[in-house]
Amino acid sequence: MAAHVTTPGAVEPKMWLGGIEPMKASYGKLMMWFFLISDTFTFSALLVAYGTARFSFPAFTGKHEDFTFSNMYWPVPERVYEAVPFLHGVSLPLVFVGIMTFILIASSVTMVLAVEAGHRMDRANVEKYMLWTILGGFTFLGCQAWEWSHFIHGTDAGTVMKVIENGTWVEKTIFGANLTENQYGPPAFADFFFFITGFHGTHVFSGVILNILIFFRAATGFYDKRGSYEMVEKVGLYWHFVDLVWVFVFTFFYLV
Amino acid sequence: MAEVHHHHVHNQDPEAGAEQRKAIWKTFWILLIITSLEFLIAFTIPHGVLKVSIFIVMTIVKAFYIVGEFMHLKHETKTLIWSILVPVIFVAWLILALLLEGNAIFEAIFG
Repeated sequence: MAAHVTTPGAVEPKMWLGGIEPMKASYGKLMMWFFLISDTFTFSALLVAYGTARFSFPAFTGKHEDFTFSNMYWPVPERVYEAVPFLHGVSLPLVFVGIMTFILIASSVTMVLAVEAGHRMDRANVEKYMLWTILGGFTFLGCQAWEWSHFIHGTDAGTVMKVIENGTWVEKTIFGANLTENQYGPPAFADFFFFITGFHGTHVFSGVILNILIFFRAATGFYDKRGSYEMVEKVGLYWHFVDLVWVFVFTFFYLV
Repeated sequence: MAEVHHHHVHNQDPEAGAEQRKAIWKTFWILLIITSLEFLIAFTIPHGVLKVSIFIVMTIVKAFYIVGEFMHLKHETKTLIWSILVPVIFVAWLILALLLEGNAIFEAIFG
């Protein structure tokens, strides 16, 4: 018999038969990846629904300068999102959403720097970069709260629209948007705005909570005692995913 | 004890991970430059198929850098890379299919 068979019934280790990590990643990290794939499906479902609705609505065909809000066609997004805090009435298309994008990318960088510091068991730098990441997350959420508030309250003049009320067509001035009325375009546009940016914002919020937990455990020496900072890496994966989703929301909701 | 000593050495070494940090900042600048270019394009190129195509390509490039570098997927095993990529390819097909469907609905109502 072959020399390496020591126990009856023992077999040579095989890649997919247990006892080996075929993906060379820990259980927790793999599960985070597979959770993120399932979350990808959820976000894709929202964006796919948005794309389908947009393609089934008439687009604005006139000249860009002549664009006005109407529920007869899908709005040009850069004319909807042109407000910036403290600059009331000034048209600055996409500037504020650009700032939000920058904040999220920057917080992704500080997150990956925290992960890198964790690899070196450098507790002070993990704490420092986690704090920056948490600050970035809160700033983004604050910006989003302001943007939602502006979107809900609407412009000073509002938009005169013909809508069906109790079965008859009426003409009325609509200010801002909610789930049934929308001064910027068809009600579906506002619904998608609330659902997509709201679902993303909920993810950012949960990410901030997780980051605070990780910061607390790093600061109290939990990971030093454990001898591994891998939790920073797992939560980092989640945080980068939130940044990734924003990249897609930014393109498909605000740019095109 | 040996373990503690090992960590101590790493804490003192400022050069440890320097290359990795350089790669992180490089990725940051790439993402920032692409996003700035997107702004430039948003206000210079007229709306149409060309503009949308450029935006989609730039978004995929950004996604490649975030997933590949920040999420480190580029440096994982091939099995893990494909486990993540294959489902995403199906999602891309779903997006295309339902955009065509939306267009068909438009044609049926307004065409």
